[in-house]
Amino acid sequence: MQNLIVDGLLAAVILGAVVLMGVGAKPGSGMTKKQKTMLRRILAASALLLALQLVPEGVFAALGTRAFSFGWCLRLALYLADYLIIGYDILLKAAKGIKNRQVFDECFLMALATVGAFALALYENSGDYTEAIAVMLFYQVGEWFQSYAVGKSRRSITELMDIRPDYANVEQDGKLVQVDPDEVPVGGVIVVQPGEKVPIDGRVEEGASSLNTAALTGESLPRDVQPGAEVISGCINLTGVLKIRTTKEFGESTVSKILDLVENASSRKSRSEDFISKFARVYTPAVVGAALALAVLPPLVRVLALGLAPGWETWVYRALTFLVISCPCALVISIPLSFFAGIGGASSAGVLVKGSNYLETLSEAKIVVFDKTGTLTKGVFEVCGIHHSTMESERLLEYAALAESASSHPISKSIRRAWGREIDRSRVKNIREVSGGGVVAEVDGVEVAAGNDKLMESVGVTPIACRSVGTIVHMAVGGQYAGHILIADVEKPTAKEAVRALKAAGVRRTVMLTGDSAKVAERVAADLGVDEVHAELLPADKVAQVEALLKAKSGREKLAFVGDGINDAPVLRRADIGIAMGAMGSDAAIEAADVVLMDDDPLKIAKAVKISRKCLSIVYQNIVFAIGVKLACLALGALGVAGMWLAIFADVGVMVLAVLNAVRALFVKNL
Amino acid sequence: MKKSYKIEVDCANCANKMEEAARRTPGVKDAVVNFMMLKMNVEFEDGQDAKAVMQAVRANCKKVEDDCEIYL
Repeated sequence: MQNLIVDGLLAAVILGAVVLMGVGAKPGSGMTKKQKTMLRRILAASALLLALQLVPEGVFAALGTRAFSFGWCLRLALYLADYLIIGYDILLKAAKGIKNRQVFDECFLMALATVGAFALALYENSGDYTEAIAVMLFYQVGEWFQSYAVGKSRRSITELMDIRPDYANVEQDGKLVQVDPDEVPVGGVIVVQPGEKVPIDGRVEEGASSLNTAALTGESLPRDVQPGAEVISGCINLTGVLKIRTTKEFGESTVSKILDLVENASSRKSRSEDFISKFARVYTPAVVGAALALAVLPPLVRVLALGLAPGWETWVYRALTFLVISCPCALVISIPLSFFAGIGGASSAGVLVKGSNYLETLSEAKIVVFDKTGTLTKGVFEVCGIHHSTMESERLLEYAALAESASSHPISKSIRRAWGREIDRSRVKNIREVSGGGVVAEVDGVEVAAGNDKLMESVGVTPIACRSVGTIVHMAVGGQYAGHILIADVEKPTAKEAVRALKAAGVRRTVMLTGDSAKVAERVAADLGVDEVHAELLPADKVAQVEALLKAKSGREKLAFVGDGINDAPVLRRADIGIAMGAMGSDAAIEAADVVLMDDDPLKIAKAVKISRKCLSIVYQNIVFAIGVKLACLALGALGVAGMWLAIFADVGVMVLAVLNAVRALFVKNL
Repeated sequence: MKKSYKIEVDCANCANKMEEAARRTPGVKDAVVNFMMLKMNVEFEDGQDAKAVMQAVRANCKKVEDDCEIYL
């Protein structure tokens, strides 16, 4: 029965190796030379072992089974040859390890275990050398798989993050020349053709096009640009040829900054990674120590205390089984791989995480503090309503826009934007700005006053108060009260959904901080369903509020602060984790925050939290699973239930599963 | 002073061992190996010659893991 299983497994390995060699033969498979060589060795060794397995029992026996008889020698030589095919490099490395006094080198331990098994078979003269070879074979299969899978996921993740432009087009003597983007000076003109990446930040000089910003923001909706528009490197030009005057050097451009950030992200290690590397450091010595004890103590106890035969072979064999599972690789590989995949997946969704540690902290976020303006609201004033108008709303707006045509105040701008048509300045005369009041002007020969209550009183009309919250621009046309325009900062369309999604993702409490008036803040908070609101805060007060919240929270809960990153830098730094949003092109935000959301959609906050949760749950699954299986193997091995066979299988199997599980962290689309 | 080097190593545990070995090398203030990007970030102590220190780091890494490479 066991033979049948062994034959089946060997056949499977052979089949797998052949298929993979076919894959490796194709160009662009990414298989290294080392991996291809190893694959051939695995194939040769498993084919030979299978052949030896299939030789009928009687053949060697007929040639002699006594030690040093012809049949015995032939059998040993064949098996030994097979062992060397698959394991010679391990033996060499083990020898080097001894020379360098690296006792806990995994090659050394593997060599010890398999040579030991060989020696035991010789000692018992059982002729069963299959075990030693198989253990070595499956160990190598495991190593091969690990190196292949890690290489492959490393490539696919870096490809995902690869937004690096390889060249920039520069016009020289009427011809386009490709140059290294590093060589383009600030203020130089580059040409970006459809389908190409914008290599350097700049401003459009000529041409109009749509840009795909998906690589930066994860947002699939293209952005239209016209001459004068700022463009950010890393976007892909979709439709028209653009001439761009660069405003930054390549090294200072968005794309370089982001790449730098993401590439270094996995260098900042999380607590889980630290735990695992510490664990790995004690694990191997502990298992080797236990193996030594297992080999020596029970036989001694049997002889001295129980008066039984020592049974050295049994206990040495069990000790060797320990050595087979002494390598902590499954654990050690899967944790950084999970984080790397998580960070890669997040960046493809437009969420840049600056380090594995931040991903870990984000997953523990239970309190989320928002800045209001620019985070939950658009941060731009918009006309929200026109009330008590004595004429058509459109006409009132037209008067207002014309009267305010000379002002650069945000309120004036929002009125002009709301009207949305070209302003004919010749229709407006005698514009007078009344400071602290508003504007009085003559539009089409009619006197128009636009401003607050005070201005209305000064021109002799009685304004009607507004019940809504926001900035009110009262209008008087031709000396008569003509209604008022309500202007307010509007909530982002996804803000409400974002707060709800955060709650659903397990955030316990949401808090909104703002410098705005209490009346406005409370209305927004009630609209969005935010739990707590603090208004009329100066920047320093925000830090104090966050500190109070930090003090009040319990134990391992983490506090995340979300801001637009421009004026929130101190708070972003003070919070357990700072999230900056709408950071495309804003260096300050990228500097100060731990997590950067490239666009300004608040739903991404919940997405970032979900990505981190998924990644961390994979990390924990891998830790528990790998340690659990190892410990179970050790226990079963010590009791003699599990032999070397099972041990090596469990070991390789756990690693394969852990690596596959880790790659799952990459898939974040549907979170 | 901080510098980043490309490395070549096969297994994650070996990368950890390299990190340990690099940290123990005199002249190195701190070293972090990023197994996923195959990079080693080394921070040198003040007044150390990076090139000389890196030779020692490479030798020490080779001792703990024969099959590794640091591209200097």
